[in-house]
Amino acid sequence: MPYNCVVLIKQVPDTKRITGQAMNEDGTVNRSALPAVFNPEDLNALELALQIKEKFGGKVTAITMGLPAAAAILRDSLYRGADDAILVTDPRCAASDTLATSYIISCAVKKLDYDIVLCGRQAIDGDTAQVGPQLAEKLGITQITYLEQLIELNGNTITAQRNIGNGWQRVKAELPVLLTVTSQANESRVAAARKIMKYKNALAPVEIEKTVKAQNPEADEITSKELIDRKYTSLKEKGLLIKQWDMDYLEADLNWCGRSGSPTKVHRIQSVVLTAKESKNIEPTDEGIEDMIHELIKDKTIA
Amino acid sequence: MIGVNKKGEVWVFAEQHDGRLEDTPIELMSKARRLADTLGVKLAAALLGENTNELSKKLIQYGADTVYLVEHPLLEHYQTNSYAKVIFDLIHKYEPQIVLYGATVTGRDLAPRVASAAKAGLTADCTDLQIGDHQPAGNNSQLYKNLLFQIRPAFGGNIIATIINYDRWPQMATVREGVMPMPSPDVTRKGRIVREKAQLTEQDLPLEILEEHKRPKKVDLKAARVIVAGGAGVGSKENFRLIWDLANCLGAAPAATRAAVDLGFIDHDHQVGQTGTTVRPSLYIAVGISGAIQHQAGMNQSQKIVAINNDPEAPILQIAHYKIVGDLNIVVPKMIKAIKEKNKMLDA
Repeated sequence: MPYNCVVLIKQVPDTKRITGQAMNEDGTVNRSALPAVFNPEDLNALELALQIKEKFGGKVTAITMGLPAAAAILRDSLYRGADDAILVTDPRCAASDTLATSYIISCAVKKLDYDIVLCGRQAIDGDTAQVGPQLAEKLGITQITYLEQLIELNGNTITAQRNIGNGWQRVKAELPVLLTVTSQANESRVAAARKIMKYKNALAPVEIEKTVKAQNPEADEITSKELIDRKYTSLKEKGLLIKQWDMDYLEADLNWCGRSGSPTKVHRIQSVVLTAKESKNIEPTDEGIEDMIHELIKDKTIA
Repeated sequence: MIGVNKKGEVWVFAEQHDGRLEDTPIELMSKARRLADTLGVKLAAALLGENTNELSKKLIQYGADTVYLVEHPLLEHYQTNSYAKVIFDLIHKYEPQIVLYGATVTGRDLAPRVASAAKAGLTADCTDLQIGDHQPAGNNSQLYKNLLFQIRPAFGGNIIATIINYDRWPQMATVREGVMPMPSPDVTRKGRIVREKAQLTEQDLPLEILEEHKRPKKVDLKAARVIVAGGAGVGSKENFRLIWDLANCLGAAPAATRAAVDLGFIDHDHQVGQTGTTVRPSLYIAVGISGAIQHQAGMNQSQKIVAINNDPEAPILQIAHYKIVGDLNIVVPKMIKAIKEKNKMLDA
């Protein structure tokens, strides 16, 4: 039987490539100095959804919540084989913690038909691994976290293997379920050239406005509105319009979104500057090393 | 969600599997004890399972004043929904001000489910916890006293964030394994065991657990007094022999960076760092390790650090107490030789 898969993806700063230049003087991270990437384990979640579609049929919908720029990873999902892409973007989402984020995304997922919701185990910017389980709770569905292998999908039941840290566990559950997928689950495919050709011009409405204004800097307001409308209609006809949902469309209760919906707040941010209190340079000679070993034995650091 | 309850207790979720307490909740007890003492409230452990009564005494020895013991046949094996339901009910009954979980696979599966149901805040993977005051920006803003400072690395370990939750309680956090030292039990400590009933049905067990395989870790890095760790700079799996040799003659545990593990030099069980084990040995010898912040996050609590690197600019040298700029293929054998000679002298 075919399955409808909804994949939650996130655009994240590439924290693996963080350097001193990416840090502001006050110790905060200058996100604009870091390349924005597709969260790695979300690619594994997308891959799993695509494999399910190929084997059983159905549909793969990618959703992200983020700034307009996050549309880039939705296009990337289309290149890899997703059928539909949805950008949840709204200034009122800003400063959402994991609880508020899971609420907003739950409003979006509830608008869709789904059998399986998939997300990466965790995102590399916060590493919290919280939004998946929180979303499962809000949808009232079973969660299978730390998935390292999908064993079987059979009618309405799923069997999967979880990584439990010091080993593994195989579990069976009735659909619908939410899966959080680890990097061990699969190797994500690369974008297909054919699909890149097809979807490279796909845009979200917020991007259409930006593109039209950049291309027609001289246009007055009425003209540019007309150009935007025309572009919108043409993309829609070609199936190249990335859906864009805001809080009004989601009918989200704003008390649970953004800052007001977030119980956790930042008290302080510090940059990590570690230095040893006392340090010695040791010459890489027999003598230098013998002296060091002697010192470490003398102060009982080594027995 | 419960309101601010300054009289509320400090709680630790006492994770157990098959009648054995995990290390992390025990590690958490000493820190939680200090938080409770600072706040002048009691420390309690929430212990769920079947036939787990014996573990209550242990929790008291490790610092709990009260153990909320919930025994039920449906709690024998951990499942998200059943455990989340019981913890949720306990939180609403007793209104603790702080609830802490180990950031284990189970803790990270359970805590967000509870937080979502309770509409409470949750901070993941804390490396430290303190009590402090918070004043939001702006004139004449209210001062919030005695909050839980939830301290955690973010952005791959490049920043340390202190998170607070001043209105929608309990204040909840998961705490990384190995970042807090294991306390010693005090067998004379006395405490109270409070038995609680669980309202559970088969509906609360949506998973069927078919099979489970646990394997012991190949190395116990957390317990090691001395660790010898190799990085990508070691060059090859064959050359990693140097790390094993140096570790052997020191009676130390061999370890590695993520890069070395990814290159196949050694098994993941040996990995130290943000995505590996957090260690705090007396001595950490870093060989051919550049010192990415993610690695440092897992070892910077070491009492002494020796770093050997041929690059004088390697960040690991910034945090080392003994810096050796040189070729590890020359330095490590010299170290082995020096240690063997000292041992001989001591034996003689």
